[in-house]
Amino acid sequence: MLRKLSLLVAACLLTSAALASAETLINGAGATFPYPLYSKWFSEYAKIDPTSKFNYQSIGSGGGIKQITAQTVDFGASDKFLSDEELKAAPGKLLHIPTVMGAVVVTYNLPGIPKGLKLSSEDVANIFLGKITKWNDKRIVDDNPGINLPDKAIIVVHRSDGSGTTSIFTDYLNGVNAEWAQKVGKGASVKWPVGLGGKGNEGVAGQIKTTQYSLGYLELAYAFENKLPYATLKNKAGSWVEPSIQSTSAAAAAAIKHMPADYRISLVNQPAKEAYPIVGFTWLLVYQDQKDKAKGKKLVEFLSWSLHKGQKMAAPMLYAPLPESVVKMVDNTIKSIK
Amino acid sequence: MLQQSSLTMKNVAIAGEEIESQKSRGSNADRIFRIVTASFAGAVLVILLIMVYEMVMQSVPSITKFHWDFLTKSSWDAVQGEFGALPFLYGSVVSSALAILVATPLSVGTALFITEIAPKSVGNITASLIELLAAIPSVIYGLWGVLVMAPWLQKTVQPWLVDHFGSTPFFSGAPYGVSMMAGVLILAIMIVPIITSISREVLLAVPQSQREAAIALGATKWEMIRMAVLPYGRSGVFGGVILGLGRAIGETMAVTMVIGNTPQISLSLLAPAYTMPSVIANEFAEATSNLHSSALMEVGLLLLIVTLIINVFARLLIWKVTKGAKGGGV
Repeated sequence: MLRKLSLLVAACLLTSAALASAETLINGAGATFPYPLYSKWFSEYAKIDPTSKFNYQSIGSGGGIKQITAQTVDFGASDKFLSDEELKAAPGKLLHIPTVMGAVVVTYNLPGIPKGLKLSSEDVANIFLGKITKWNDKRIVDDNPGINLPDKAIIVVHRSDGSGTTSIFTDYLNGVNAEWAQKVGKGASVKWPVGLGGKGNEGVAGQIKTTQYSLGYLELAYAFENKLPYATLKNKAGSWVEPSIQSTSAAAAAAIKHMPADYRISLVNQPAKEAYPIVGFTWLLVYQDQKDKAKGKKLVEFLSWSLHKGQKMAAPMLYAPLPESVVKMVDNTIKSIK
Repeated sequence: MLQQSSLTMKNVAIAGEEIESQKSRGSNADRIFRIVTASFAGAVLVILLIMVYEMVMQSVPSITKFHWDFLTKSSWDAVQGEFGALPFLYGSVVSSALAILVATPLSVGTALFITEIAPKSVGNITASLIELLAAIPSVIYGLWGVLVMAPWLQKTVQPWLVDHFGSTPFFSGAPYGVSMMAGVLILAIMIVPIITSISREVLLAVPQSQREAAIALGATKWEMIRMAVLPYGRSGVFGGVILGLGRAIGETMAVTMVIGNTPQISLSLLAPAYTMPSVIANEFAEATSNLHSSALMEVGLLLLIVTLIINVFARLLIWKVTKGAKGGGV
């Protein structure tokens, strides 16, 4: 019995060793926002190329940038693009590869008003600056004829944890309001003039669901999945736009004319009529010169797959796919990886 | 019977001879055992020292930039690169201290009920239910806190407090639900099982003769508890409270979800606050600037120092209390 068992163990060890030698393990770390999509990609891609095995740790954009700079992973992932300084700190040329886009919605809890609230960008900024404090402020009422807004204080909720969602949202406020730009600025965590901090999308959503007359911001996918109300915003072109996958992708299409070769661009407040204003890319960070050529080749194959086949999986999971014009550009960038 | 005992005697004699013959080998084993255990104990110390060293080194950019301002300023602004940790220090110390104030009487009362008052079966069931509470992960407490407790506080408890005590600084302001008060309550709920189960063990260890003596002198149940049981278990109960405090000050997840995460210092229990572990958990993953992560590291160092001070203080307190206690310590 014992002999049989030990034979079995030996056989298992041998086969697993043989398997391991045929597999290429590609390690990545970074942003949490695209993690559900990435893990779907990895599992689907495993069916096409079983020899590539991906291991992705969603530790946050900050961690992703640190790890790819220290070369402890094969690719990083981030919701914010690197500054010139951060790029210089990396030991080689780091490429930003946009994968999909995300959007941020303004969500609220107004009893009796389950949908249809309209807010101008100036109003959103003033609410988060603490300058509009009541729901029946004239500036909000003027944009919402036919809706009876209550004489109640607006309870502002924001993310307390550093996040790409906050990055995109503060980038947007930064663009629409000079006072915000001067007093607060943009970043993954900022010094909020007013409001309560909730941890994660679930923390913010929880507080808004249970607190009447509150208002906050959430990742689009999270708000849609949980069927939370969202505001229609006035974009830079002056038209009212609902947040959606299409209006998110439209923002990147609008930016194609001045899309830099390294994709380090903020997509908020695009001037196109159909573009939703609070939108951003999420990127993979990859070295142009791959140290391990065999691994580099596998990585390029995967990136190219994700850019074409992978994009089709984005919309059902509520991520906005890259518009065709951007896909063409990124194709060339991926080919430059050696 | 006789035969059996003589057999045992014989066995003992043989065993004795064996020990005698192995004495040289035995002392060798003793030495090795001593070295191994000492190195294990030493390893813990070394790990602690490495951790402290690493934290200090990582904090250096923040320490050299802000000096004492880090402890006295309340502005926390990652965009401008200004970091003052006073609101977090305040939030941690106040929330933990208040949680202890709420949890201690509750826990000691529960422990007394289990050991002294309830019938044995009821006591056992209560005790195991309370220990079950200790096994619930803190994120569950947090979710319950933000989805159930905070709305309840906002709709029922806090408006009442504002109506009746709103003029005092402790209950002023709008009721948000998530607040220092919510943080204190969730912490209190989380540390009750710890303090209760330690107190229960301590109280169970009080010799029956103590109780009988008190009863024999004509004491009522209350007098027996007050004069015979509690003084005997005092230092042990204190130990439980200190362990609870340790848990409270280090608790991250549950508090983060209900305290409102606003770096401000307000006397009002209805106002949101922020704690040291919360800010580290919230911001560390996305802290991209060097100074930001260094400042967070310094908050970690501060947390370590605060915990150390509390522990030393607690030891002194226990030492003093035990000296004054009439009964035996545990």
